[in-house]
Amino acid sequence: MAAFLARRLIGNQSSQILGTSNSTSGALISVSRAFSSSTTPIKATLFPGDGIGPEIAESVKQVFTAADVAIDWDEHYVSTEIDPRTNSFLTWESLQSVLDNKVGLKGPMATPIGKGHRSLNLTLRKELNLYANVRPCYSLPGYKTRYDDVDLITIRENTEGEYSGLEHQVVKGVVESIKIITRKASMRVAEYAFLYAKTHGRKKVSAIHKANIMQKTDGLFLQCCDEVAEKYPEIEYEKVVIDNCCMMLVKNPALFDVLVMPNLYGDIISDLCAGLVGGLGLTPSCNIGEDGIALAEAVHGSAPDIAGKNLANPTALLLSGVMMLRHLKLNKQAEQIHSAIINTIAEGKYRTADLGGTSTTTEFTKAICDHL
Amino acid sequence: MARRSGSILNRLLSNPNPSSPFTLPTRSITYMPRPGDGAPRTVTLIPGDGIGPLVTGAVEQVMEAMHAPVHFERYEVLGHMRKVPEEVIESVKRNKVCLKGGLATPVGGGVSSLNMQLRKELDIFASLVNCINVPGLATRHENVDIVVIRENTEGEYAGLEHEVFPGVVESLKVITKFCSERIARYAFEYAYLNNRKKVTAVHKANIMKLADGLFLESCREVAKSYPGITYNEIIVDNCCMQLVAKPEQFDVMVTPNLYGNLVANTAAGIAGGTGVMPGGNVGAEHAIFEQGASAGNVGNDKIVEQKKANPVALLLSSAMMLRHLRFPTFADRLETAVKQVIQEGKFRTKDLGGDCTTQEVVDAVIKALE
Repeated sequence: MAAFLARRLIGNQSSQILGTSNSTSGALISVSRAFSSSTTPIKATLFPGDGIGPEIAESVKQVFTAADVAIDWDEHYVSTEIDPRTNSFLTWESLQSVLDNKVGLKGPMATPIGKGHRSLNLTLRKELNLYANVRPCYSLPGYKTRYDDVDLITIRENTEGEYSGLEHQVVKGVVESIKIITRKASMRVAEYAFLYAKTHGRKKVSAIHKANIMQKTDGLFLQCCDEVAEKYPEIEYEKVVIDNCCMMLVKNPALFDVLVMPNLYGDIISDLCAGLVGGLGLTPSCNIGEDGIALAEAVHGSAPDIAGKNLANPTALLLSGVMMLRHLKLNKQAEQIHSAIINTIAEGKYRTADLGGTSTTTEFTKAICDHL
Repeated sequence: MARRSGSILNRLLSNPNPSSPFTLPTRSITYMPRPGDGAPRTVTLIPGDGIGPLVTGAVEQVMEAMHAPVHFERYEVLGHMRKVPEEVIESVKRNKVCLKGGLATPVGGGVSSLNMQLRKELDIFASLVNCINVPGLATRHENVDIVVIRENTEGEYAGLEHEVFPGVVESLKVITKFCSERIARYAFEYAYLNNRKKVTAVHKANIMKLADGLFLESCREVAKSYPGITYNEIIVDNCCMQLVAKPEQFDVMVTPNLYGNLVANTAAGIAGGTGVMPGGNVGAEHAIFEQGASAGNVGNDKIVEQKKANPVALLLSSAMMLRHLRFPTFADRLETAVKQVIQEGKFRTKDLGGDCTTQEVVDAVIKALE
């Protein structure tokens, strides 16, 4: 376990490599951000969300305060009416807030059922141009699942592919759905994937595809990955067909390191990997947008049945917060909070109900603060 | 009846307690054939690429050892051919049944997949993989017994792609009510005939509302005709997560083309790997039997050179073929022998944790035949 944690620590310290950012890469925040000393708080948008959202957001705020993280939270809630400027329940002010602050943390949001408005996640994605979804999946020491040696990152293209939403009925009983792959989007996500691998000390990037069947679309995606791979000769690069990938993941997940894929495969594979390590309740995730915008989010549902009962597990949102801190280059505090979370779960004394324990959210949060 | 005897024999083999009150004389179940059922049948054989010839060779050897009334008509089809030769299609149309090794589809080679071509020409619309724990083979998951039934002709694999302008490519996914209905009907019929209790439809209709919505509609309609079978639906990303966490909740799964590929490979992986899962493709008039999941997987050069490919999947698929041809006793014998060899554990290829060659496994199976 110690060696496992040490390896992750060393891997993350190497993110100091890129000091000054390249503003066109879109992956690192601008130089002005680096000037924030520990006394000037950074403004970040917080969307507590619905259901258990507010409780776990409270947890995050407590832990961050205990760790002396100088963040000024700008809270926004989803309104109950459709804002005509955004055509969804998210207000214009909320979106502007994220665009200004460039960093945010989002809890689970329940999309209200009904037609005539865009889903909340879709609105965020389109308006903020969030093109890559990064989800690290690693086995938590102390929480035993069938797989013990998982340590991989899935990077999924978030804007196009099969989820373009372009469908129509050709004749009665025949429906067509269009999958679009563009060079621009594929290059963007491939660049981000290799940059991420380099800054986090990762050794291998695998591009997942089905180009033997979908030759032009996935072929274009692979071409873009090939081109970017040539610029990073020190990182091992391989291409894996998705059905092989699924099988290898369930048989031996240690074979993979960083995975980069188009939208649909990414959706399925990232959920599969989350399942390997214990489910969506423990998985952090971060969406990267143009101009260095990063929106970390907890990908689990809003769990309305346990809302307000102090039973929710804040781990996913906390780990997403840690990802946000790493993006902001507050590595020391990120590492502190991360170790505290890992140690609390590893100890086993304080665990919420979904991990098999009996603690409440507040007890669990307090235990983490004590571990800091 | 064949399935029951298989499971009884399984229990007998895995029951180490000799003093159990459950004793089964080995030949008490007799099948009553029609006069003339023993006439030999011709089956088209396509060895394929890579490890294909190795594993189909294994099947031929075992069939001969059993004196099975099957005669193989061999045709060479290789992955880089532009299309499947006419004579091969004619042969399958004539014989109605085909056994095939893997056919590789070169990545980005501009050649449309030969596996797909065969399926579309012969209208073989259902692909079936039985992912089941094999006794004696340790895996991380137990109690896995999932049959994945996958639509084989349309969906994302329609092959309709074009470049709109440089740098933007479109691919069409086509879903039709006709194909969705017939695969749903096949899935429920399969469940009914094999005493399966639940059918789960796998989809992504929250995003692809019209396309997968049409698929779901068809499944729901067919479900109404089978009130004794539980029907439920699951989104594909949640499905993969559940497969890894709790595979015992799934029984029969019916899926469109692409999701079926992923789900079948995931389920095969948790049950022991694609090297052991039997499967086949069936249409209204023809059937093609091949290694369960991953038909395009032809292994790598190292395995071909060292001749260490795993023949188990194809042997179990050929047992399914024998049942399809109405030779159930030969199928039972073959299956029992293969399962015995795996359980004993002495002769296993690399993907199962051993280090044997294909020939050694085949010899062991032949020896285990009664």
